[in-house]
Amino acid sequence: MTIETKLTRRTLLAGAGGLAAGGLAVGGLARPAIAATKTFTIGVCGVMSGAAASWGLTNKYCSLATAAMWNAKGGFEIGGQKYHIEVAAVDDQNDPKLSVAGIQRLTQQDGLHYIIGPNVDTTAVADVPDLNKAGAMNIPYAFSKWLYTKPRENSILGMIASYQAGPIIYSYLMKAKGVKSVAFLAANASDPLAQMKEGVAAARKLGLKITSSSETYEPSTTDFFPVMAKIVHGKPDLIVLSGVAPAAAPQLLRAARQLGFKGLLSTETAQDIKILVQGAGKDAEGFISVGGASTPAIRSAYMDDFVKEYAKVAGAWNDEAGTKVYALEMVLRTLAVAGPKAITDVKPFQTAMAGFSIPNPFLKARSPLKYVGTAYFGQKRQIGVPLVVNEVKGGKFETLFVGSVS
Amino acid sequence: MLAVRPVPLAQGVPMTQALVDGCVLSANYALIALGITLIFSIMNLLNFAHGQMLMIGGFMVYYVYGVFHLPFALGLLAAALVLGLIGAGFERFLFRRVLRVATREENSMLLAVGTALLLENVALFLFGEKQRGVPETVSGVVQFAGAFLPYQRLEVFLVALVLILGLLYFVQYTRPGRAMRALAQDRDAARLMGVNVDRTAMMGFAIGAGLAGLAGGLLVTVQGVNAGIGTDISIKAFIMIMIGGAGVVGGAILGAVVLGFAESIGYAYLPGSLTYLLIFLALILFLVIRPRGIMGHPWG
Repeated sequence: MTIETKLTRRTLLAGAGGLAAGGLAVGGLARPAIAATKTFTIGVCGVMSGAAASWGLTNKYCSLATAAMWNAKGGFEIGGQKYHIEVAAVDDQNDPKLSVAGIQRLTQQDGLHYIIGPNVDTTAVADVPDLNKAGAMNIPYAFSKWLYTKPRENSILGMIASYQAGPIIYSYLMKAKGVKSVAFLAANASDPLAQMKEGVAAARKLGLKITSSSETYEPSTTDFFPVMAKIVHGKPDLIVLSGVAPAAAPQLLRAARQLGFKGLLSTETAQDIKILVQGAGKDAEGFISVGGASTPAIRSAYMDDFVKEYAKVAGAWNDEAGTKVYALEMVLRTLAVAGPKAITDVKPFQTAMAGFSIPNPFLKARSPLKYVGTAYFGQKRQIGVPLVVNEVKGGKFETLFVGSVS
Repeated sequence: MLAVRPVPLAQGVPMTQALVDGCVLSANYALIALGITLIFSIMNLLNFAHGQMLMIGGFMVYYVYGVFHLPFALGLLAAALVLGLIGAGFERFLFRRVLRVATREENSMLLAVGTALLLENVALFLFGEKQRGVPETVSGVVQFAGAFLPYQRLEVFLVALVLILGLLYFVQYTRPGRAMRALAQDRDAARLMGVNVDRTAMMGFAIGAGLAGLAGGLLVTVQGVNAGIGTDISIKAFIMIMIGGAGVVGGAILGAVVLGFAESIGYAYLPGSLTYLLIFLALILFLVIRPRGIMGHPWG
């Protein structure tokens, strides 16, 4: 029997009719549930393609995972009403023009008031006028202090900035490992260069000898041997890879070790252990980086659930997400305090931020999670993400210490 | 405030290290540039998807060698074959028709950009956003005259050299290679001389794409791979063929050597940010003086 004889007009019509009836039935059944739950949509705008794709995609996957976890419980409650959480994501390709277009789409077309991202200073700064115009707030992963200082009030730094983590890490390494000299290396791009500049200033203040303060490599570099050779020949105790992208970190580590470097290597950006071990093998041992709530030793059962949900959404867990898990959770929990009016008006949200404090749901320690940043920005415009400093040991991240910027 | 002594130029990097790095970089770059120049010479088409093809070759080796733990050579073979098939498919079903019916060069260029975006997004969908790496096929470092050379980089250098020489032999001394050269010189004359133009063009595209796959597969051992590396690699390949002369195999190799040594010596003896600034400045000046590149004439 051939397929043609099976697919008669009658069977096709019957099939179409059946599908339509089924669809109506499902729609009819589903409608009462939808009517009982309102929808809250969070925007995500960041780099989701190209070499830095992991930064923005991690934001998106974190939001999707958080949304899925709350939706599985029937939604998130704000002012006695359950809200189904949805995520609207835009890829800005790290291009300020596309980022502005993305913010315009999310705020003007979709009418959103809360956006996670973007990922770098150039895009974050470009987005400010449109965010202000739309009366929307965002949580960038960009370190420029300008974004978070008055008269700007609509941006909240989503993680620990390099100028906050750097001095704490260097100081720890001076005391714990006897570090006396340091070399800095960064990609020749605005964010890593700014982070290197701030790192150099912090190291000088601490009295460290600086053997290299301006060495850079092009973001398109695939072979780091030549640039690392110069750094290693300065014989520093510590090499700081300022703002290093997770894609470049393994090769830089491997190049340093193959060039005979025996000292310490660190960065103030979040990394993924699988990427480090896969790309650098045993050369990743001892590498110090900033983490989030990702090491099993410190994370809560709620964070364990998040890790599983993230793996479902993204295909695999990424340690970078340990620093980005906080954004949507903080938006939702602050909205719960501020009330439903804050969903479309950010003023009550901003007011609620001042006194907001909950036990950190992602850490076993349950230390207070609040908005911080007054010392750096003159106002609370930073999520109080704990400063978790990790070291690679035996192919795994081990938490060296947990600090706080507040 | 602590006074910081300015770091002297050179910082003690031995010249041998810069030269060794230059040799390895040149061989890597030559392998990347050869595929793109082969396609350009035969079809007069700048393959914007070359970097993305290289990226897919890297992922092939990642899965065959890194995930399924099959022999590395099998991974290279798979990369060359899969990319060869993709290249042949692109030529047969996309570029052949567009090049035949289009009245403006922009059409084929836009199609090439489209294929690059397509491959990048397919890779992002299939392989995810993460950087991937594979274990070294050979470990250890040899040190001589103050220079360090990991065996892995030495292996990549030697295999790249063999592949480059193999390609040069193929285009110079074999019948299909001669047909490709004839096509590059004059398409109509080649057809009149009995060359099957469509088949030769498809073969050229497949070999160019296969070379990208091989390069990606080989380099994944030292550089790793992620879905977003394609565009940067294509840009470097364009720089090399602009220096050497578009569509000239010898020019691509020369361009790779110039860029490889400029990068290694620049990074060793200049402040880092100056290296590529000077490379681009030199490239602009060079193109003003000699827009066709060093060897800017067709084969033969």
